[in-house]
Amino acid sequence: MLLLEDIHTHYGAVHALKGVSLNVKKGEIVTLIGANGAGKSTLMMTICGDPQASQGRVIFQGEDITQKPTNKIMRNGLSVVPEGRHVFTGMTVEENLAMGAYFQSKEVKEQQEERVLNLFPRLKERFHQRAGTMSGGEQQMLAIGRGLMDEPELLLLDEPSLGLAPLIISQIFEIIQQLRETGTTIFLVEQNALKALAIADRGYVLEHGELVLQDTGQNLLANEDVKKAYLGG
Amino acid sequence: MVPTMNESISYFIQQVINGLTVGSTYALIAIGYTMVYGIIGMINFAHGEIYMLGTYITFIVIAGLTLLGIESLPFILIAALIISMMVAGAYGFTIERVAYRPVRSSKRLIALISAIGMSIFLQNYMRLAQGSRDLAQQSIISGSWSLGTDEISVNLAYMQLIIFVITLICMVLLTLFISRSRVGRACRACSQDAGMTNLLGINTNHMIAATFVIGAMLAAVAGVLLGLYYGVVNPMIGFIAGLKAFTAAVLGGIGSIPGAVLGGLILGTAETMTGAYFSAQYKDVVAFSLLCLILLFRPSGLLGKPEVEKI
Ligand SMILES: Nc1ncnc2c1ncn2[C@@H]1O[C@H](COP(=O)(O)OP(=O)(O)OP(=O)(O)O)[C@@H](O)[C@H]1O
Ligand SMILES: [Mg+2]
Repeated sequence: MLLLEDIHTHYGAVHALKGVSLNVKKGEIVTLIGANGAGKSTLMMTICGDPQASQGRVIFQGEDITQKPTNKIMRNGLSVVPEGRHVFTGMTVEENLAMGAYFQSKEVKEQQEERVLNLFPRLKERFHQRAGTMSGGEQQMLAIGRGLMDEPELLLLDEPSLGLAPLIISQIFEIIQQLRETGTTIFLVEQNALKALAIADRGYVLEHGELVLQDTGQNLLANEDVKKAYLGG
Repeated sequence: MVPTMNESISYFIQQVINGLTVGSTYALIAIGYTMVYGIIGMINFAHGEIYMLGTYITFIVIAGLTLLGIESLPFILIAALIISMMVAGAYGFTIERVAYRPVRSSKRLIALISAIGMSIFLQNYMRLAQGSRDLAQQSIISGSWSLGTDEISVNLAYMQLIIFVITLICMVLLTLFISRSRVGRACRACSQDAGMTNLLGINTNHMIAATFVIGAMLAAVAGVLLGLYYGVVNPMIGFIAGLKAFTAAVLGGIGSIPGAVLGGLILGTAETMTGAYFSAQYKDVVAFSLLCLILLFRPSGLLGKPEVEKI
């Protein structure tokens, strides 16, 4: 479904990704783990074309999207929940969700809204509240919900557990699994390697802009190097 | 002769009405500054010229329709409004395309120079096309109502009422558009977080263009209204009015639409009062002193949000 071939990404003189190749197949949960500054978010944003790769190819559902502008890429079956949530703080929950389904018909919009509200009952209670006044966890739910409004084939999640209480983190990981069961493919960037690998079919490890390991989630959990570097011993 | 108490009160109320009239049109222009600033964090210095354009178009429309023998006032008014808004919308669109989009990602100073260049271009283009002298137009809507009692009475010109009503309609439509419509919501999203709006598949360039077009249309409405009210136009009126409306937008808190309206009304009233009680020559001094005071004590303006930081 998603294929990255030898991707290089630069921020000016900073060489953030140095030849990354990976793939995500339909129906999978694939996770990407790595230390701070390894380039995880950069990788995710490069898929969205913001920034664009300076070399290599990004192929999504058979189409080369490397050079496409971000807004075109994001219109066809791809949604992202970026690092730091980026909910529209001045808008209500309802309006934020509507923004996620900007190009959908009214029926699809209503149907998706119902699905998201069932997934996150908390959002239903906060439906008319301004997003900026909600708690971090609620905002994270809203960001994920907004990402789902467009019925994506592939959902990109960048550190959905960042800064949340353990209970909420567990809920979010449960929901990620539920989403996969309803047919959404998931590419998950996480600091919380233990939880991410536990639910992932496959995982990649990124260090200094290069992939150093790839394996099934279970094998990576058992891997000594991974244990030492990312699972706290 | 010393005026009686009642005369003083009448005079005062009359000045408030006159001030609010001018203030409403400042508000219409100020909205364009504030919306553009809200979405791209830049001041559209060519915005005043759009207002000037609106006034010229009004004069041309009146002249044209009169030649054709059409004398129905409502028809002329509506035709002037529609045509000015359409032409101004096209100009707003073009200004964004030509003077802003190419330089949006460069340094702010470059964008500023580009905008001022556009403003000078439009002034001189009008000068070439229409001449640099004042054009006067006999007022087509004259007459007024006398309101109040025998003791306290004021005049409300028909034209003033038209200005209030049309301004109010514009505000209501704008509010509905921004808060209810799909595109309006996307414009708001864009001004809150353009990067994320883009990541939702929305072309932020379109939203920015829409903002310029809407701002230009409102400025054109102001152009039509003030053109009919004052009955004179020259290529420089956009500069002064633009400066005033910009002041109003900053006064109310740049980026805030209610702020722009409030700022416009306050500025228009303050100016008119100065003209009425001191001397018309001090009008501009008062306007800009008010701005300095507000910036000293409330740098984010009356209704501006202090935490808003635009890059
Ligand atoms: N806009 C930018 N301009 C310049 N350098 C950047 C920019 N964004 C990221 N970088 C650099 O690119 C590298 C990778 O950053 P990235 O945000 O992708 O890391 P990350 O793996 O997501 O880290 P974290 O776990 O902290 O989120 C870092 O060295 C960072 O400093
Ligand atoms: Mg990151």
